[in-house]
Amino acid sequence: MSAVVPETTTANLVEVTHLKKWFPIRGGILSRVVANVKAVNDVSFGVKKGEVLGLVGESGSGKTTVGRTILRLIEPTEGTISFQGQDITHIPKNQLRSYRRKMQIIFQDPFASLNPRMTVGDIIAEPLVIHNLEGSAQARNDRVAELLQLVGLNPDHVRRYPHEFSGGQRQRIGIARALAVRPEFIVADEPVSALDVSIQAQVVNLLQDLKEQLGLTILFIAHDLAVVEYISDRIAVMYLGKVMELAPSRDLYLKPRHPYTEALLSAIPTPDPTIKRERIVLQGDIPSPINPPSGCVFRTRCRYAIAECANTVPELKEVSPGHFKACIRDDIPGLS
Amino acid sequence: MDEKRLVDVTDLKVHFFTDDGVVKAVDGVSFHIDKGETLAVVGESGSGKSVASLAMMRLIPNPPGKIVGGQVLFRGKDGKTRDLVKEDEATMRKIRGNDIAMIFQEPMTSLNPVYTVGDQIAEAIVLHQGKSKKEALDQAAEMLDLVGIPEPKKRLSNYPHQMSGGMRQRVMIAMALSCNPSLLIADEPTTALDVTIQAQILELMNKLREEIGMSILFITHNLGVVAEMADRVVVMYAGRAVEEADVVPTFKKPLHPYTMGLLNSVPRLDLAATHQQRLEAIPGNVPNPLNLPQGCAFHPRCKFFKPGLCDQDIPVLQDAGNGHMVRCVRWAEIQKGEVVGA
Repeated sequence: MSAVVPETTTANLVEVTHLKKWFPIRGGILSRVVANVKAVNDVSFGVKKGEVLGLVGESGSGKTTVGRTILRLIEPTEGTISFQGQDITHIPKNQLRSYRRKMQIIFQDPFASLNPRMTVGDIIAEPLVIHNLEGSAQARNDRVAELLQLVGLNPDHVRRYPHEFSGGQRQRIGIARALAVRPEFIVADEPVSALDVSIQAQVVNLLQDLKEQLGLTILFIAHDLAVVEYISDRIAVMYLGKVMELAPSRDLYLKPRHPYTEALLSAIPTPDPTIKRERIVLQGDIPSPINPPSGCVFRTRCRYAIAECANTVPELKEVSPGHFKACIRDDIPGLS
Repeated sequence: MDEKRLVDVTDLKVHFFTDDGVVKAVDGVSFHIDKGETLAVVGESGSGKSVASLAMMRLIPNPPGKIVGGQVLFRGKDGKTRDLVKEDEATMRKIRGNDIAMIFQEPMTSLNPVYTVGDQIAEAIVLHQGKSKKEALDQAAEMLDLVGIPEPKKRLSNYPHQMSGGMRQRVMIAMALSCNPSLLIADEPTTALDVTIQAQILELMNKLREEIGMSILFITHNLGVVAEMADRVVVMYAGRAVEEADVVPTFKKPLHPYTMGLLNSVPRLDLAATHQQRLEAIPGNVPNPLNLPQGCAFHPRCKFFKPGLCDQDIPVLQDAGNGHMVRCVRWAEIQKGEVVGA
């Protein structure tokens, strides 16, 4: 049997199946492919309409590549991506535009993702121009003002430039730009990682409000599990190009079933000096994605690893309703 | 200076003279660090926490920056107490790396890419301890072993690019500790690292602190890390300390509205079962340092703001009992519950 696709397919707005993205490394005088960076290596999941799916993982886990591959900003090596039940993996670039209107992205760095020579009004109106929406200039201006208001900025600021805004405000501009074309699906790639704590909370709350108000479906990519837990309905934990565990948000935190999730959760420092927990400190670094370990990719750092883990690639299987894990051991105390 | 004191900073002022005006990055900050103690300085970007630590090392680029006031008393390894603000450059050079060492946020950019890590660690040992290159390299290998790098002898000949982020931060720590400093300044040492690697580095720093008995000045914006590492906490906002207390009261009984706000805006995993689905954010933005609000710099974002009171004079830092310092004119009313936030 091939790996399962969690959830019934019909309710999913976005779905990826056996997604792989290998980046070739070329070498020698003939520039032959000498190795591959297996950034995403057989990932399957679905995002239901109206839900926020959190995608967490450390650097190098492939979470950003998954997000960009779904939008086809990066072409997948293998596997399929479907949107509203339609396979968009191979549709030609010129037809992609109509899908791009329905799928938008918010970037991590609010300083690098806004053109410093464009006014805020032009930045937000640009997608409207590209997709030929809102017809007249007046209608576009109205829409821009409406968007600024929606993300909590002053509509009088349309003629200002990005440098006149703080990090949190710029991230709001990035959100307004993504929302301009009334998308159904948004990939938010580490949208709050570059922001200060007090501002982070503002932006998380804003995204939550927008989701409710506009019925958005969001893939929320982040490395900070605490933030993801707040905003997500379900969470997928990635490690070295694979999904290790996928579960409803609270389930995952209260009852992690995968050894990696368990370690990841215990590594997060709690802002309470009176709580002293037993910490599982993972030894070593994440292995190279060029040559990942055989069998389970996490086994080299897993404290429960057994000999069999080197031979079997664990499948993502359902261990309780809606809770999936990729681990061959069902006998670990506390995790089963 | 008190026998157990290592550092005593009083009324430190660091201003930057820019074309647009004077930025008072640090404006009258006082704190002390005892021997063997870890003091955390917490604040958001622009609060002045990094500038304060650079000023202690006299590493403020001049122009545009200048230490315009205050003193930094420091007890050296030779037992002498000096005011680092007044020392000449030659003395400072002896102190840097030897008495006070520093590790930075970016382990990628703070190592020299064209020298091996062995050479880089040995450099400080040769310079400060007058050892031969060979002895210094042996000691460098010991240091790498101490910070938990496998096969330390082999690693000496590695270049920084051959190591991962976590390894590089270990090299930075090895370098910083190679001359047995009495104070380690750690400026956001784990911010660029993944959580699992952060856990390794924090564990290492705690272990080394116990073994070596040094003091740590830990600069961070991550309150989880503070709770884990600190004995005492200074909270900074817009160039001033707004609260100072032992770590438990800081988290359990914060007195300044900014500290309360910060604690509320952090998503809490340990409360996952009970929390509401909404974070309590602090409204507004960090003020422009060129144009700080009149009176308490936090008043435009404060839910306990009282017109005519908070926007008049800069509040003084007052002792609320047991050395718990707070810079808010309304702290007592707020604690008693006499005022309710808007």
